[in-house]
Amino acid sequence: MKNVMSNKIVIALYVLPALFLVLFLIYIPIVLTGYYGLMDWDGVGQMKFIGLENYKKLIHDKLFWKSTWHSVLLALFSVLSLVGYLIVSLVLASKIKGANIFRKIYIIPMLMSSVAIAQLWVKIFDPMNGLINSVLTMLGMKNTPLWLADPNMALYAIFVPIVWQYAGFYIIIIYAALINVPQELIEAARIDGANAFQIAYKIKVPLISGVLKVLIILAVVGSLKYFDLIYVMTGGGPGDATEVIASYMYKEAFGKFNFGYGSAIGFGLLIISMGTTWIIQKLLNTNK
Amino acid sequence: MKKKALSYLVLLTLVIGLALSGCSSSDKSASEGKSGDGKIHLKFMHDWPKGSSTAYYSLVDEIIKDYEAKNPNVVIDVEVLNPDQYRDKLKVLAASNELPDVGLTWSNGFAEPYATGGQFAPLDDIIEKEFKDQFVPGTVESYSFNGKSYALPMEMNITYIFYNKEIFKKYNLEVPKTFEDLKKIGKTLIKNGVIPATVGSKDGWPASMWFMYLADRIGGPTILTDVIKGKVKMSDPAIVKAAKEIQNLVDMGFFVKGNTAFSNDDAKGYFLNEKAAMFLTATWELPNFTTSPDVPQEFKEKVGYFKFPIYEGGKGTDINSYVGGPGLGAFVAENSKHKEQAKDFAAYLVKEWGKRSVEEAGILPATKVNTEGLNVPKMYLDVLNDINNATNITTWFDTQASPNVSELHHDLITALFGKQITPEEFAKQHDEALAEEAKKNKQP
Repeated sequence: MKNVMSNKIVIALYVLPALFLVLFLIYIPIVLTGYYGLMDWDGVGQMKFIGLENYKKLIHDKLFWKSTWHSVLLALFSVLSLVGYLIVSLVLASKIKGANIFRKIYIIPMLMSSVAIAQLWVKIFDPMNGLINSVLTMLGMKNTPLWLADPNMALYAIFVPIVWQYAGFYIIIIYAALINVPQELIEAARIDGANAFQIAYKIKVPLISGVLKVLIILAVVGSLKYFDLIYVMTGGGPGDATEVIASYMYKEAFGKFNFGYGSAIGFGLLIISMGTTWIIQKLLNTNK
Repeated sequence: MKKKALSYLVLLTLVIGLALSGCSSSDKSASEGKSGDGKIHLKFMHDWPKGSSTAYYSLVDEIIKDYEAKNPNVVIDVEVLNPDQYRDKLKVLAASNELPDVGLTWSNGFAEPYATGGQFAPLDDIIEKEFKDQFVPGTVESYSFNGKSYALPMEMNITYIFYNKEIFKKYNLEVPKTFEDLKKIGKTLIKNGVIPATVGSKDGWPASMWFMYLADRIGGPTILTDVIKGKVKMSDPAIVKAAKEIQNLVDMGFFVKGNTAFSNDDAKGYFLNEKAAMFLTATWELPNFTTSPDVPQEFKEKVGYFKFPIYEGGKGTDINSYVGGPGLGAFVAENSKHKEQAKDFAAYLVKEWGKRSVEEAGILPATKVNTEGLNVPKMYLDVLNDINNATNITTWFDTQASPNVSELHHDLITALFGKQITPEEFAKQHDEALAEEAKKNKQP
């Protein structure tokens, strides 16, 4: 076995299938997307080379920057909600009664498909018969909000199910990291007279900071390229009130047959995502 | 322990391997159009799911079974999708050159890139051979580009305001003759806590029908077609006025609250549940109001329709001018492996469709229908007569427009109903897109 593994050719051979998959499914399409961005192409007919025209248009496209702003807001929202998840996980990991059941409850949304979640929340937000407005009406409120139909509110309304959807995912990861914190450290702190809050803040959180950093990046990048609930629930509407980069890209490419411009948006999204990741990494490292 | 883990791992790899090889082999057979049984497999895609378009689904299903019975060597593989998903999937399939052998397409702007991009096969030969003088005039032309026809039209729809007769009676309301009457009806209904009209403006197109009719009534029946042709600008005062009237209705509370988040189906629910009194939609809904077993009989008896009222002082003075158009038509993929068989199936489908659709499914076909001795609900006879007496049928603006403009139009309509833009901006953004389009078309 050792002999086999030290043979460079064999190693290369074993890596090859995975390498091919990654190349053909990820890297080559990325390069192609950038290339299609140079074209005027309706997705069906002939491509026409137009140089950097699409990218120039992108920089001056108000709607693109508006949807970028929406994506950035979502990213901020997701990162803030990490604090909530951290608190929930700390409580769950401190061996309270029923922690096991709660953990399972938080996981459930993650097991549902995005479309099911979207349908569920569309019904909850329904301005006439929805759960929220029915309760509000029962409490005597007149002029109940329109939620998804109100351009000023739709974006924030839609953040709620998005955050809810991923809660289980983040909680389970933080929880797993927390129960791996060495018990001796916590005991030692307790002997030194630290209270539960101090133990959490001074010992547990610093020890899992690596995991938290990864989660922040995951949350930010996931939010920037977020698509599914928005597509199903509002389709980016009303108007462009909930348009995010990915839904805008989809609309241009598949709605308007502008595959060239759609590709340019996709490439822009890639650059924005990479840039943000890089900045976050820099920021988190200097904090250390 | 380690050993056990290893054996699990081996098992897992085996299972995954099996699953993957299973996938690849089935993919292969599908793409070759022939599988182990030696029969010709034709792929057919339509957008009439069993749940939401029962009558259509059953009729197509029946015709397919008959065809398979007549041609034992052919198997039709059917894929059914919701209309919105169908539109998207067709684009994706076209981009990868994998259109189904036979499928359905909308007319004009939707079909154009496929037809001129060489994805659809020209069907002039079978139209000449099998359908001479069979189609309602003007329908085939909606699928024709550069002198060739690329689909066999299956539907002909016009648009009416359907209304709940019982609600109208309860509040002593009469069918409106003018737009002012319609507004008055709205006011009475609002006072009594009834939603005057339901509309799914999230999708854009259902809401656009209100706009198209108002433009027709205010600016005359040809105005929107002229916009597409570039003869008239969207910022024409008549069109801006139409957009303004829409917003007046919105301000009044004429439309169901929160409609900018409703799809057409969501909106339809308000009419079917008798929460809204009116619903502007096309005749493809007729089965739901007459024959469909899924809708309670008591409700069906309450449904009536009226023509979109006249706008006082407007140029469109003829109430027999409709907004409508051919809906779906059957296309054959240019690179189908069994093109002749596919053409044969498409022809059979459309022919049988024309024969059976009105009586069996309550659908108005694009082929001519002989109303004599037809055993159908009265509403159908009325509609068929209306079509015969129509002075003008303006094809839906979003159908006539290119996909680019059409998509923008849908977004702008949603924004108009949500009061996110003014009528002037609404017109301006259309004009900009149309101008860009015209520039692009001149270049090559």
